[in-house]
Amino acid sequence: MHLLNLDSFIVISVIKVVVVFAVLLTVLAYLQWVERKVIAHIQVRPGPYRVGPHGLLQPLADVIKLITKEDLIPPHVNKPLYILAPFLAITMALLSISVIPFGPKITVDGYATYMQLTDLNIGVLFVLAVSSIGVYGIALAGWSSNNKYSLLGGLRSSAQMISYELPMSLAIVAPLLISNTLSLRELVEKQSGGMWHWNILHGPFPQIFGFLIFMIAAFAETNRVPFDLPEAENELVAGFHTEYSSMKFASFFMAEYANMITVSCMATLLFLGGWVAPWPAKYGSSYVPVAIFAAAGLIALFHGFQSAHRRDRLSLPVVGVTFLICAAVFLLPMVQQWLLPLFWFCAKTGGILFAYIWIRGTLPRFRYDQLMGFTWKFLFPAAMLNLLVTGFLVALRP
Amino acid sequence: MDVILFLAFAIIAVLCAINVVVQTHPISSAISLVGVMGSLAVLYLLLGAEFLAAAQVIVYAGAIMVLFVFVIMLLNAGSEGKKGRSLMAQLLGVPLLVAFLALMAYFVERLFPSTTMVHFGGFTGGGVKEIGRALFTTYLLPFEVTSVLILIAILGAIVLARKEMD
Amino acid sequence: MLTQVPISWFLTLSAVLFALGVAGFLFRRSIITVFMSIELMLNAVNLSFITFSYHRQSIDGHLFAFFVMVVAAAEAAVGLAIILTIFKNRATLSIDEVDSMKN
Repeated sequence: MHLLNLDSFIVISVIKVVVVFAVLLTVLAYLQWVERKVIAHIQVRPGPYRVGPHGLLQPLADVIKLITKEDLIPPHVNKPLYILAPFLAITMALLSISVIPFGPKITVDGYATYMQLTDLNIGVLFVLAVSSIGVYGIALAGWSSNNKYSLLGGLRSSAQMISYELPMSLAIVAPLLISNTLSLRELVEKQSGGMWHWNILHGPFPQIFGFLIFMIAAFAETNRVPFDLPEAENELVAGFHTEYSSMKFASFFMAEYANMITVSCMATLLFLGGWVAPWPAKYGSSYVPVAIFAAAGLIALFHGFQSAHRRDRLSLPVVGVTFLICAAVFLLPMVQQWLLPLFWFCAKTGGILFAYIWIRGTLPRFRYDQLMGFTWKFLFPAAMLNLLVTGFLVALRP
Repeated sequence: MDVILFLAFAIIAVLCAINVVVQTHPISSAISLVGVMGSLAVLYLLLGAEFLAAAQVIVYAGAIMVLFVFVIMLLNAGSEGKKGRSLMAQLLGVPLLVAFLALMAYFVERLFPSTTMVHFGGFTGGGVKEIGRALFTTYLLPFEVTSVLILIAILGAIVLARKEMD
Repeated sequence: MLTQVPISWFLTLSAVLFALGVAGFLFRRSIITVFMSIELMLNAVNLSFITFSYHRQSIDGHLFAFFVMVVAAAEAAVGLAIILTIFKNRATLSIDEVDSMKN
C-alpha cells in the first residue's frame, strides 16, 4: 500500500472534487428533467418530449438558453448586493456537499480513501452553519432589487427559512443522541448491519416522527411546495428573483435544487442509514440492484417492441439494453465494493427526491400566515417533544 | 501554512471591521460584520475551538445578523447624514485611534512574550464532547440561568414589538 | 517556521477589533450602526477568551465565550425591539435627535 503522503493526498482530493462536482452538476440538470417528466405524468401529459429522445437533451437546451440570454443589470438596483446575492446562494448550496459521505472506505490501485471529500468531526454543524448563511442570499436578493414584490418575497422567504431551521435542528439532534457522534461518516457506520439498525427503526425510540418533522422542515427550508408562497408566480410575480435574468437567475435555480439534494442526503444519512443495505449481504442484498435493473430493462424492451410511436420503437429498446448492461455491471466483483454502497445511497436519496417531486405535483400551497403558524404552534413543540422522549429513553438505556 | 491562514483571515477581519465603521448605509455595515464573524470563525478553528466556530456561524452570523438585516429592511433605514462634525474631531480622530492601537499592541507584546505558539492541532480539548460535559456539570447553573434569560428576552421583544390592541 | 503563529498576534488582533468597535460606537450616528459596533466589541472579546483558553489548555474560556454569545443574542433581540419602538414613536434613527429628556 502506498504511503499516503501530502502529494498523493492533494492529488486524490483534487480527483475527488472534480468527480463529485461533475456528478453533482449533471444530477442538478437532470433532476430538473426528472421533475418535469414526473409532474407531467402526474398530470397525464408527456412532458418534455421533443428535444432529444424523451426530452433527455432538454436540460442542455435550458442551460444554453440561460447562458446566452442577455445578462441585464437594471439601473435602479444596489449593484454590490445585487451581484453578491446569487453568489452567496449558489456557493453555500454547493459547499454543503463537501462533507457528505457517499460510501465506505475503498481501496483503488493501492490507495485507500473514503468516498467523501472531507470528514469533519462537526459535520452536522457544518451543514447547519452553511444553510444558515444561505438565508442571506435570498434576503439580499429581495432587498437589492429595489422592487416591492422582491422585497416582500425576500423577507417572507427568509423569515420562513429561519423559522423552519428550529424544528429542523431539533429533529436532527434526536438521532445524534442515539448515535453519539456529529461526524457524518461515523453516524452511518453506527447504523450498519441492516434495516433494523437504521436510526428510523432502531434504538430506544424509533425516529419516525423525527424523520417526518425533518422532511416537513426541509420542504420549507428549500422553499418547495407546499411552502413555496414566496416564489409563487401568481402571488408575488416571481418573489425575490423577479429582477434577475440569465446566469444569476440560473444560480438561484441551481441553488434551490442543490439545497434539495443536500437535504435529501442529510435525511438519508441521519435516518435511513446512508449506504447501508437493508439486509446484510450474506442474505443476498447484493443481487437487489441486479434484479431492479434487469426488471427495468425487460420492461423497457417489452414496451419498445409494442410501442405506437415509430420513434419509441427505436429509443425504448436502446434504454432497455442500457439497463441490462447496468445490471450486468453490478455482478462484477471488482466494482461491487464501491458500487453497491453507492447504489443504496443513491436509491434512498433518489426516493426522497421523488417524494419531493411527487408532493409538488399533488399538494396545494399554504398561505403565509398558515405556514408560520404551523411551524411555531405545531412543528416546533412536536420537535421538542420528540427530542424530550428520545433523550429520556436514551438516558434510561443501560 | 498556519501563518498564511492567520494573516489572510486577520486582514479580512480588520478590513471588514473598518468597513463596518466607515460605510454610510447600515446594510453594508451589516454585511461587513457578517464577514468579520466568518473570518473570526476560521481563527477559532485555528485555535482548536471547533464547536465555537460552528456556533459562531450558526448563532452570530446566521441568526443575530439576520435579525439585524431584517430590522434594517423593515425600517428602510437610509444612509446617514453628514452634518455637524467638528473639524477638531475629524483631524484628531484617526491619528488618536492609531496611537491608541499602537499603545495596546505594545502592551500586549510586552506582557505576553511569544513563548506559546499557536498551531493547528495544539489544543484538542475544544470538541463537542468536552464542551457538553463542562456545560452540564461545572457550568450547570449559568446554563439554566441563561435559558431563563433567553425566555425573558423573548417576552420583552414580543411585548415591545407588538401592535397596540384597540 | 511557517506553521506556528505567536499567541500575541491573536491578542493584538482582538485589541484592534475592539478599538474599531469603540470608534464606531463613539463616532457613528445611526442607532443600528452603534449597535453593530457593540457586537463587534463582543466578538473581539470572544477571540480574546478563546486565545487564553488555548494558552491555558483549558475549556473554561470556550464556555465563557459561549455564554457571551448567548447573552449577545438576547441583547440583540431586545435592543432591536427597542429600536423598532423608537422608530415608531420618533420616525428617526439618528441618536442626536432622540434627546427630549435633555436639559
